[in-house]
Amino acid sequence: MSKPDASIQRKIGYSEKVIEHFTNPRNVGRLEDADVTAKVGSVACGDLIKLYLKIDEKTERIEKITFESYGCAANIATSSILTELAKGKTLEEARKITFKDIAEELGGLPKIKMHCAVLSKTGLDAAISKYYAMKGKTKIDDTLVKLLLRGVLDPITGVDVISGKTVESISVQDGEVTIVLRVDEKSQIAKELENDIKEAFEGLPVNLKIVFKGNSSEDSNK
Amino acid sequence: MIYLDNAETTPVDPEVAKIVLEYMVEKFGLPGGEFGHSLQEEATEAVEKAREVIAAKIGAKPSEIVFTSGATESNNLAIKGVAYHPLYRKRKVVTSAIEHKSVLDTALNLRRLGYEVEVIPVDSEGFVNMERLEASLNGAALVSIQHANQEIGTLQNIKVIGELCREKGVLFHTDAAQSFAKEHIDVEAMNIDLMSITSHLIHGPKGVGALYVREGVDLQPLIEGDGRERGLRAGSQNVPGIVGFAEAVKRTSPEDAVKMRRLRDRLIDKLLQIEESKLNGPRGEKRVCHIVNVSFRYVEGEALLLQAEMEGLVCNTGSACYSQRLEPSHVITAIGGTHEDAHGSMRLSLSRMTTQEEVDAAAEILANVVARLRAFSPLARRRVG
Repeated sequence: MSKPDASIQRKIGYSEKVIEHFTNPRNVGRLEDADVTAKVGSVACGDLIKLYLKIDEKTERIEKITFESYGCAANIATSSILTELAKGKTLEEARKITFKDIAEELGGLPKIKMHCAVLSKTGLDAAISKYYAMKGKTKIDDTLVKLLLRGVLDPITGVDVISGKTVESISVQDGEVTIVLRVDEKSQIAKELENDIKEAFEGLPVNLKIVFKGNSSEDSNK
Repeated sequence: MIYLDNAETTPVDPEVAKIVLEYMVEKFGLPGGEFGHSLQEEATEAVEKAREVIAAKIGAKPSEIVFTSGATESNNLAIKGVAYHPLYRKRKVVTSAIEHKSVLDTALNLRRLGYEVEVIPVDSEGFVNMERLEASLNGAALVSIQHANQEIGTLQNIKVIGELCREKGVLFHTDAAQSFAKEHIDVEAMNIDLMSITSHLIHGPKGVGALYVREGVDLQPLIEGDGRERGLRAGSQNVPGIVGFAEAVKRTSPEDAVKMRRLRDRLIDKLLQIEESKLNGPRGEKRVCHIVNVSFRYVEGEALLLQAEMEGLVCNTGSACYSQRLEPSHVITAIGGTHEDAHGSMRLSLSRMTTQEEVDAAAEILANVVARLRAFSPLARRRVG
């Protein structure tokens, strides 16, 4: 039997490296002493990752980086490779990692899975932005708040609270962040949302105010 | 390898393969009509014999069986065959929310031609809403509602649906791809006018199926030319395929379903022992004998599927990540499942060849894989303990 044509192999299915990282993901799991965490993606898409980073304060080098994942093989592999690429780099260096770098490092990804590489990159960006804000290096503004809220999912729809418009409005004023949600205070998801939002802003020097405005229209939309 | 994706396709029975080969290499003629040269007559005899076997399985007349390339073509022929017919005046088609895409999309696309297409919703177990169905029949030319669902196994009450249609003078088509030759079907007793069946789900060859067309029902053919299959489906018949199809049917028996049901329930019981799991579709006799579908929380289907395969189990998932269009299973959605339910859903489907050892091993593999993926899922921790 002749050996399968390698060029055909690359066009069908995952590369060997993706399978390797999927089967034996590196740096997977929770990091108890993480300096910063970031969550991106959505259950609705079936693609969610949480990154944990331990950063040397002086050198800004990423000492340790781990991930948790809810998603397909590409999701796991891209996150695994991302942690390998980012480990040991300074935040500025790590910021330069592109989703193309991630895909290339894996020996390529099926077109339909490129978004997984984009997601891991987005996760790293979110963590770095959050860290800078924590250290007072960047202002905490609307953009950062929105970025962090994209990691908070509406438990009913599985879509993040910004994309899914669960958040009605946000305002940032002198370290006070007010988030208004289109959710009833007494609803089942209120507590969960509140916890998730607090988790997203953990470590940040802000005064977080969450307002449940209530729902004027029916919330069950599929 | 433990193969539990029999709702997707099945291995051809080696005895069936022998006959297929025979009709490819030795008896390679094409049917010639009432008479012809000896190769043609040999083929005619084989095809007509096959037609008899298949007709008998569903209580139909041989002349009511039209051979096609499979259930997808049969579904297209049934729906478009009615919709495109110049003499059928009514411009409405009714179908259900959980049909196979070859029914659902074919029906929905009739809207392009100005057809009214009503999609009947289903309840949380997949059963069609009968009140809505009855109300939809006025002005309908055709109702197309499947027998057994390809993902969650729900068996619709075909007999009652057929009766309703008969009363209102509406043609009734049912896609029986998953149930044919497994569950009992009688086209007379069940008031069926059109029915799609296929070969490759019962250990027959791929690329061949049939459409049952009740005597007196006229269809606009989709494929025209040489007038074969009573003018309803032109093109040289796939003789080896047809002979193989009939041979596969001959090898089925009512005992198959009894055995599959027992193993199916055993598998369901074992899988539901895994924490935070949920069965999709009903239990018991309203579930087709061979399909299991369970959603596991906090883990994603493609990852489950690939890891399971590495451990020796082949099955399937309703996760969006696994579909080519990044869309979650429309069936899980239709029964009220969330995206999470779809992404974490695994379908395991048996065949008459599946053994108890395989079922037990499959449950164990899946339990291990679920646990392994839950260990690093950001969602798992929240509700555990």
